[in-house]
Amino acid sequence: MSEQQSDQEAILKVNNIEVVYNHVVLVLKGLSLRVPKGQIVSLLGSNGAGKSTTLKAISGLLPLEDGEITDGWIEFAGEQLRQELPNVLVRKGIFQVMEGRRIFEDLTVEENLACGAYTRRDRSGVKADLDKCFAYFPVLKTRLGRLAGYLSGGEQQMLAISRALLARPKLMMLDEPSLGLAPLLVEEIFAIIQEINQKEGTSILLVEQNAQMALSVSSYGYIMENGRVVLDGPVERLLADQDVQEFYLGLGQSGGRKSYREVKHYKRRKRWLS
Amino acid sequence: MDILLQLIVSGIAVGGVYALIALGFVLIYKATSIINFATGEFMMIGAYFFYTFMVMAGLPPIPSFLLVMFCSALLGLFVERAILRHMLGQPTISIVMVTIGLSSILMGLAEMIWSTDFKSFPALFPRAPVIIGDIIVRSNLFWGFVVAMLAVIVFALLFKYAKVGVAMRATAGDQMAAFSMGINVRSMFTVAWSMGAIAAALGGVIIGNIGGIQPTLGSIGLKIFPVVILGGLDSIAGAVVGGFIVGLVENIAGGYLDPYVGGGVKDLAPFVVLVLILFIKPYGLFGKQDIERL
Repeated sequence: MSEQQSDQEAILKVNNIEVVYNHVVLVLKGLSLRVPKGQIVSLLGSNGAGKSTTLKAISGLLPLEDGEITDGWIEFAGEQLRQELPNVLVRKGIFQVMEGRRIFEDLTVEENLACGAYTRRDRSGVKADLDKCFAYFPVLKTRLGRLAGYLSGGEQQMLAISRALLARPKLMMLDEPSLGLAPLLVEEIFAIIQEINQKEGTSILLVEQNAQMALSVSSYGYIMENGRVVLDGPVERLLADQDVQEFYLGLGQSGGRKSYREVKHYKRRKRWLS
Repeated sequence: MDILLQLIVSGIAVGGVYALIALGFVLIYKATSIINFATGEFMMIGAYFFYTFMVMAGLPPIPSFLLVMFCSALLGLFVERAILRHMLGQPTISIVMVTIGLSSILMGLAEMIWSTDFKSFPALFPRAPVIIGDIIVRSNLFWGFVVAMLAVIVFALLFKYAKVGVAMRATAGDQMAAFSMGINVRSMFTVAWSMGAIAAALGGVIIGNIGGIQPTLGSIGLKIFPVVILGGLDSIAGAVVGGFIVGLVENIAGGYLDPYVGGGVKDLAPFVVLVLILFIKPYGLFGKQDIERL
């Protein structure tokens, strides 16, 4: 953990957690990260690095997939979590937008939104937040009665983010919001993520394959390999880092693209070092 | 022609009651993917609850009716919490066996508590048959149909509009995603079992009021399998339509064919139609493609 970061108050602290699936498969091998209050933090890394597992460990979805935190601890808003399930954690203010949007296809858009606000009791607050959602995503207002399964991919992602907004979380975790979306739409979605962070003050933990996009909205970034954080730092430093430029942003030293063989070599070296 | 109309009307009336019991099955299947072979016994126990409150305790009909709903909800809750929750993640066949075992246990309990004697309710509705045009409907059947339809409508509205109904449908669609919304999926299972038990019990009271009760009353529950498989295991509208089809088929086939073969057509016909429909539409008339077949 870097010293620049530790002076800000953290909404989320993950300290050296180990996660095991099905009692045998070790997926996270001592992972630590922190999300400062009111900021956007990115968690980057290749497929299978353990990014989604990290989010699920925080949001409480992990036990539902037969995963378990076997070591380390997670602290949220100053309180240590004890592997509660999401029905408790969402009420505490942690909300995960799952990978692949996971909207309820057989429910209407309106019903999907109602599910997002499921844990809330304040009707007038929900109504106000609903209006905010329509301000962020005007298209949703015109689709209210439609079955969510018939929405386009972009609209479904908007719906998924709106559901999260309606839960009014303190920490919103987004798992690959750019997945399967056209580049222009990805930009729009990220602009809104940034807007939500600024206007609502929601802290955001962002998991992405699209490193460039993710870093452009974040203040701090972590890079994961094989169940561990291999590199972290403020975004400016990550963007300046040669390894990051080469292997996550696709900018070769000489301007050309790297071959797959070199990437593999690099990763092997990183694993040796870590 | 008169006979046909008469058969159609009583078929619809019986079908409405089947629809209600089938709804009890579908609610549980939709939310939990459990095929509840004890639906018929939930129905039978519900009828005995009613008998207990009204005949043995001497309460008026409406409080008895409400108490039946309450006790059935508790029964459903207990069954889910005490038995089926521990079966989460087990193979389907094991869970099916558990519900079959449960049906025997409930039947045995009914014999122990209320004996095997045939019992009947005092008259709940005016005895005079209801006459619609030229058609005469037995009063118990007519009012039973009215009550069943009201119950079906209430359940359907609850499922469509109430917060808990939306949460149950979300759970049925994607359990993980429902959990990620903060919906307590496990308590949704409990709610589904309670609602399913209530629907079945109301059906049991209506059927008991028409034909009296015995611990073997639950065998009528087998008839809901043609109903739900016709309609698709997970479709509420399907349960209603399936209920009417089965009611109509058994009445019409029974009415016309029974004199020639000496009875029994009523019980056979729905299953013949069931097999024929499954040949053409293996997932039922309204079922989703990906559901499991029995």
